[in-house]
Amino acid sequence: MTLTSSTDPALDAGLTQAPPSRSAGRTARRVLARVAGAVVVLWGAATVAFLAQVALPGDRATIIFNTRAGQPIERTAEELAAVNAQYGLQHPVLVQYLDHLRGLLHGDLGRSYQQYRPVTQILGEQVGSTIVLTLAAIALAWVVMVVWVTLTAGRGPRTSGLGAALDTVTAALPHYWLGILLLLLFAQRLGWFPVISDGGPVGLVLPALTLAVPLAGFMGQATRTEFERALEQPFVVSARMRGQGDLGVRLRHVLRHSALPAVTLSGWALGATISGAVVVESVFTRRGIGSVLVTAVNSQDLPIVTGVVVLVAALYVVANLVVDLVHHLLDPRLKAS
Amino acid sequence: MSRTEDVLADAGPTTTTRPGREASPAGTLAVERARPRFSVRGLDVGFTRAGTHRRVVSGLSFDLFPGQCVAIVGESGSGKSVTARTLVGLTGAGSTVTAERLQFEGRDVAEFSEREWRRVRGAGIGFVLQDALVSLDPLRPVGAEIDEALRLHGWGSRRSRARKVVDLLTSVGVPSPQLRAGQRSGELSGGLRQRALIASALALDPDVVIADEPTTALDVTVQAQVLDLLAQTKDRGVSILLISHDLSVVARLADLVLVMRGGEVVERGTAQQVLTDPQHEYTKALIAAVPGEHTKGTRLVPPAAGADVAPVPAPRRHEPAPEPLLEARGLVKRFATAGGLRRTAVDGVSFTLHRGRTVGIVGESGSGKSTTARLALALTTPDEGDVTLLGEAWSTVPETRRRARRSSIAVVQQDPLSSFDPRWDVERILLDSLPAGHTGRTARGARVRELLEQVGLGEEVLPRSPLRLSGGQRQRVAIARALGSEPSILVLDEAVSALDVSVQAQVLDLLADLQERLGLSYLFISHDLGVIHHVSDEVLVMKDGRVVERGTADDVFRRPQEAYTQELVGSLPRLADARPTTAGTSTTGETR
Repeated sequence: MTLTSSTDPALDAGLTQAPPSRSAGRTARRVLARVAGAVVVLWGAATVAFLAQVALPGDRATIIFNTRAGQPIERTAEELAAVNAQYGLQHPVLVQYLDHLRGLLHGDLGRSYQQYRPVTQILGEQVGSTIVLTLAAIALAWVVMVVWVTLTAGRGPRTSGLGAALDTVTAALPHYWLGILLLLLFAQRLGWFPVISDGGPVGLVLPALTLAVPLAGFMGQATRTEFERALEQPFVVSARMRGQGDLGVRLRHVLRHSALPAVTLSGWALGATISGAVVVESVFTRRGIGSVLVTAVNSQDLPIVTGVVVLVAALYVVANLVVDLVHHLLDPRLKAS
Repeated sequence: MSRTEDVLADAGPTTTTRPGREASPAGTLAVERARPRFSVRGLDVGFTRAGTHRRVVSGLSFDLFPGQCVAIVGESGSGKSVTARTLVGLTGAGSTVTAERLQFEGRDVAEFSEREWRRVRGAGIGFVLQDALVSLDPLRPVGAEIDEALRLHGWGSRRSRARKVVDLLTSVGVPSPQLRAGQRSGELSGGLRQRALIASALALDPDVVIADEPTTALDVTVQAQVLDLLAQTKDRGVSILLISHDLSVVARLADLVLVMRGGEVVERGTAQQVLTDPQHEYTKALIAAVPGEHTKGTRLVPPAAGADVAPVPAPRRHEPAPEPLLEARGLVKRFATAGGLRRTAVDGVSFTLHRGRTVGIVGESGSGKSTTARLALALTTPDEGDVTLLGEAWSTVPETRRRARRSSIAVVQQDPLSSFDPRWDVERILLDSLPAGHTGRTARGARVRELLEQVGLGEEVLPRSPLRLSGGQRQRVAIARALGSEPSILVLDEAVSALDVSVQAQVLDLLADLQERLGLSYLFISHDLGVIHHVSDEVLVMKDGRVVERGTADDVFRRPQEAYTQELVGSLPRLADARPTTAGTSTTGETR
């Protein structure tokens, strides 16, 4: 790692900088390609979200009124025209679509039918809480998974079998059931954590754990196979022969070789746990995107639903860029390809 | 303490003892030899898996003295690597180790706690494994791997370790060591990474170095350099336990050679005794099986087991064979490299392969010999030059016009396993190889059995998966598959390189028989000079895509004209290099 930064920095610099200048151009091209891909994904998500609004049966202005009133009421043409003008619904679909895209470029996701407020404002209030929950869940899942796999993988048929079995069982646990179980045990019976999850870190523990446990099992399944394969590699033997202990080999050599699939899964999990958050947020009465989405879907508040779709797509894109970066950090050989 | 005679007395009934051993040079190093660094008596190692116990090492005994090299030679499954790992307490899961005596520096290793073992490994005993590409962590710079050995044993500060790593790389002859320390094993050539691995084993000046096949994956010139490096280490008083399948590799270095088969030592003695005057049948067969100039035109395996080992001349045609089957003229092939540059892999290669003859192409990795094979097979088209097959254009015509002649040229590769569909059994593999014209279930079945018979396999292998065949059987199936279309030319691309020497001998004999019976022509590609000398009528020596020398096998190898060929032939370890019995004599040259 820091080995090259030794006695003679001038020599080192001269020796190491010659080849990367070419690969710097490659890296720049790769980053540009990724960004272009990300833009395409976001555009696709925005388009699908728009089409979903247009394709809904019935007159949109009527739907907006009904959403606000909570019941179907006949409206006069003047009333409808006012709403059409407010939301730009009197224009042809193509113009509406371009307006929709233009709004997105300016960070405008439209206005909620029900709450009379910009969608960005509504989501902005809630998104922080969900992202904190999701990141905490992923971090917790990594800790649980790494400890469990490191302790049990490749330790003879009985221990490894137990490890793998627990991976499978936890991966299959439903969030809803697990959340209620944790709530009953740790919040109600033992009283260690609050029943209603507020903004504080203590309240975060149970919801994050609910999301983390199945994820840890899922990532553990992928990691364990790679871990056991890496343990058989000759470089592990040669590290042992150098005096490296078993735990040292596992943490310093093997883990890095087996982490790639779990990193890929983490990128997917960032998006998936946001949808998982719907259940968890309602179980733990926690504010967040999930509860907003549920309310919006129930009341047909479409701008919010499409806003969430675009937001989740953006998060996916960011997550995948991060995953790509981490891949290259973990396995520098990937640069070659 | 124990003298050398004890080794012989304890060696057990399966060992061919050598009464002459006490006349050995013990006197010259008597003082240093007062105490062996390793002392092993009656070592048994077994593995219990799925309830069955299998013994892999039986009654092994030897002493390893300061400045001495003990070599364990054997083929795969002989227990030699297990022995090496047992000596550092890493035999593996499910193993049982018992010994009358198993001492390191006078201490019984059974008393070592895991903590003590970790102090011994790396500091007291350095270990060099085969093929540094997989024996060094491919994700970390080699400098970090060498640093790990220092760090684990509490050597110095981070900065001083960084300097030490560079010093170590310098001492094993790695050029621009500071740059290399920051590169990963995949970015280094085979020779450089093997040196880096050796540097990590020598980092803390261990008294003992255990080298398990340290040169097996290396080109012959690089192998010579690595052996020189080990010889220098030995001259500094380090004891070396050298493990190899290759008798000629240990010849230069070893003071004592143990020949192992099936976990037992069948023969022991000084390198010179074992290699030039073997006593045990197995050692004799092993030495006879090594192809080279002395085996040319002979069988490598005696016809009947236990029969006289005198070579039986294999029939060989000497009349001129005018009919050229495959002609390559001025082949050039360039590849684009990652940096946008073009590398010339094959540069002006020409050869003519006549019916019933063998053209051998020998060269080190990256010399362009495999690309030449692909050009001959028209799997890739040359940038310049052309190939004609059976008198008609081959490389310049479209694939549709080649298809009819595809059946006349077939290929056998180094690792047949990866070229077999693992879900297919042998029968399906062979049926698939038959040309479409072969119709009728019974006719096809008969042809498959004929192919098996030709390669010396029985029908019992038909329902088996290639995964469950031995390396030799697998290569025979690959040959049978190549013969399925009744070709007149076989391209053999390192076809025997992955095989144990005795299996390699059988396959080479089989190829000689097939050539005789079927009148086949071989384009034989190998990095192994002995193999090429043994099989070839005409030899091409390749380096960096060019043919640097060509001629008859005897001319090229006995009277090499070009400097490169001379270096190749000179680097080749030979049985005749066996060290004279005086330990401590330098056989080394300066490493570059």
